[in-house]
Amino acid sequence: MNLESIQMALRGIVANRMRSALTMLGILIGVGAVIILVAVGAGSATKTRKSLEALGSNTLTVSAGGFGQGNRGGTQSRNLQITDADAVALSDKLQAPDIAAVVPTITGGGSVTAAADGASATVGQFLGTSEAYSAVRNAPVEAGTFFTAADVSNHASVVVIGTTVAKNLLGATGDPNSLIGQPVQFGSHSLTVIGVLKTKGSNGFQDQDDIALVPYTTVRDNYTGNTGTISQLIVQASGGNATGPAQTEITTILQARHKGSTANSFRVLNQASLLQTANANNRTFTVLLGSVAAISLLVGGIGVMNIMLVTVTERTREIGIRKAIGARTSAILSQFLTEAVLLSVLGGLLGIAAGIGGSRFNIVGVQPVVQSYSIILAFAVAVAVGLFFGIYPASRAAKLRPIDALRYE
Amino acid sequence: MSKSAQTPAAFAEPAPNASRPRPPVIAMRNVTKTYGVGDVEVHALRATTLTIERSDYIAIMGASGSGKSTLMNILGCLDVPTSGRYRLAGIDVSQLDGDAVADIRNRRIGFVFQSFNLIPRTTALANVEMPLVYGGMKRAERRELAVRALTRVGLDHRLHYVPNQLSGGQQQRVAIARAIVTNPAMILADEPTGALDSTSTAEVLAIFDELNIEGRTVVVITHEDEVARHAKRIIRLRDGLIVDDTRYAPVDGLPPHASNSLEPAS
Ligand SMILES: Nc1ncnc2c1ncn2[C@@H]1O[C@H](COP(=O)(O)OP(=O)(O)O)[C@@H](O)[C@H]1O
Ligand SMILES: [Mg+2]
Repeated sequence: MNLESIQMALRGIVANRMRSALTMLGILIGVGAVIILVAVGAGSATKTRKSLEALGSNTLTVSAGGFGQGNRGGTQSRNLQITDADAVALSDKLQAPDIAAVVPTITGGGSVTAAADGASATVGQFLGTSEAYSAVRNAPVEAGTFFTAADVSNHASVVVIGTTVAKNLLGATGDPNSLIGQPVQFGSHSLTVIGVLKTKGSNGFQDQDDIALVPYTTVRDNYTGNTGTISQLIVQASGGNATGPAQTEITTILQARHKGSTANSFRVLNQASLLQTANANNRTFTVLLGSVAAISLLVGGIGVMNIMLVTVTERTREIGIRKAIGARTSAILSQFLTEAVLLSVLGGLLGIAAGIGGSRFNIVGVQPVVQSYSIILAFAVAVAVGLFFGIYPASRAAKLRPIDALRYE
Repeated sequence: MSKSAQTPAAFAEPAPNASRPRPPVIAMRNVTKTYGVGDVEVHALRATTLTIERSDYIAIMGASGSGKSTLMNILGCLDVPTSGRYRLAGIDVSQLDGDAVADIRNRRIGFVFQSFNLIPRTTALANVEMPLVYGGMKRAERRELAVRALTRVGLDHRLHYVPNQLSGGQQQRVAIARAIVTNPAMILADEPTGALDSTSTAEVLAIFDELNIEGRTVVVITHEDEVARHAKRIIRLRDGLIVDDTRYAPVDGLPPHASNSLEPAS
């Protein structure tokens, strides 16, 4: 393939602008679709990974009631509750060597409204917890301090808030840090703001900054009553490889402590295995999207073949003239093959532009992440499609006998 | 692709009287061409034997359907005979493969057709360059040759016109420029003036006379006496057979109706 045949091919493409444009559109859509859909798959994988990471690394969450046990009625597991004593037992380094930290969380009864200076807003998550929450959940403060173990044991009336809560009270332009040291009414009680959390953004399901964290002792005193039960335990394993053993230890200890309970009486969610499952699902999803797009690329290729067959038929006489003045078989072959490849290369380049452009937009709640491999792959496939679907029409042109081609009307 | 040595000397005049005996340009023996089979069988050419010497100027005449075009297609290696032997400049063409025959058409033969057969939407210059492209010549060199060929047929002011911007006579002159740009020894023309008015016809015939004076073999198919009288030898076909073959001027002489400006060398 040389400059000469590229020029000839370009002339052929330009001579039928409309037809060439429509053919290229087929390839454009195919290549663009591959790039965008693979980017959506990758974006959705990133989103799940981020939302799982936001829960803290190497963590497991433990709550009462296993999968599928909700309304089976009457069994004791329904009444089973995780207690402070359970938390203490799981913290025992001898029985549970793979557990590094145990953090209780208590969800405040019903929705809680925050109010200050006449402004008020419902808080997304009103959580009672311990001082370890900040480290385990990966929730450091931006300004002020997190509450301490002393605050927990003293039942201190303090609160650490997320930026959304602050903004709801101050308005979008207000400085969240200005609330530090100020009393804010949470439901029926006034709590002093001692810290503002670093912004985390949305995890795709909820706003992680619409949160208020309070010592769990204070929550029991003022909101839920002192029942000695815990909504959810956050357990941090001692390392990346320890989440599996930690999960076993949790199940063993809790089953031993609660008579008549089974492995299904507790729900233990392992972040690592969730991530694995999510990744596997995402891969399937990406492959599926990619193959749908690849099919449209194939259809685009058939379009190239169709148009090349038309072109060869239309230009039979021209082929005859070229042969009469000395074009060899290979020259005719390369002319039409170049034209087919050029059509798909141009379509492919436009498709890459469209794919990258289209990936800038949020698609069904996912921000696509363009994958360079998908660009290279889609483009290479487009070129291959041009070659493959161009060969038949081109060789048909090349094989024409000069006299038959010249006589063609 | 074998790049033949395309000499830039497109208009160098081959010696009219070669001292060394060379094979005739065309030597046909018992060539036949049959189209179709059975009931629809057409014997377009029957046992034709024909020898054409270098520098001859031949008119092939005959009624429509008498086999003139069939004969020319075989002479020009565009078609293959059903039987018989055909040697072009001593080479048995039937022994060659498609690409070798393409090379022969490219270097040794220049075609001129009744319907011009220029490539549409392509400038006169690009059309004339095309045989040189297939001959593998470099861009600058072939551009120069193409411009010279177009200048020679009087179209140096129409280099960048596409065929549908040119008159019939101009298109045919572009086609002639394309035929001679590779400096072929033989020009084959199938009713080259059939679609032209008398002025254009005269122009084309003057060019053919010149090409023949240069020493090129010219074979013109025609049914017009006015065209045929420029030839040194007239062959008449009827039903695929040569029925008459008369010489009107010697092979190495001048064409009998060479334009007045060309003084016969005595
Ligand atoms: N491709 C073809 N198939 C069948 N018959 C043909 C074909 N080409 C020419 N013929 C027949 O061969 C005969 C000679 O044709 P042709 O050489 O074109 O004549 P001319 O050029 O003298 O008018 C005619 O009878 C014509 O019908
Ligand atoms: Mg004819």
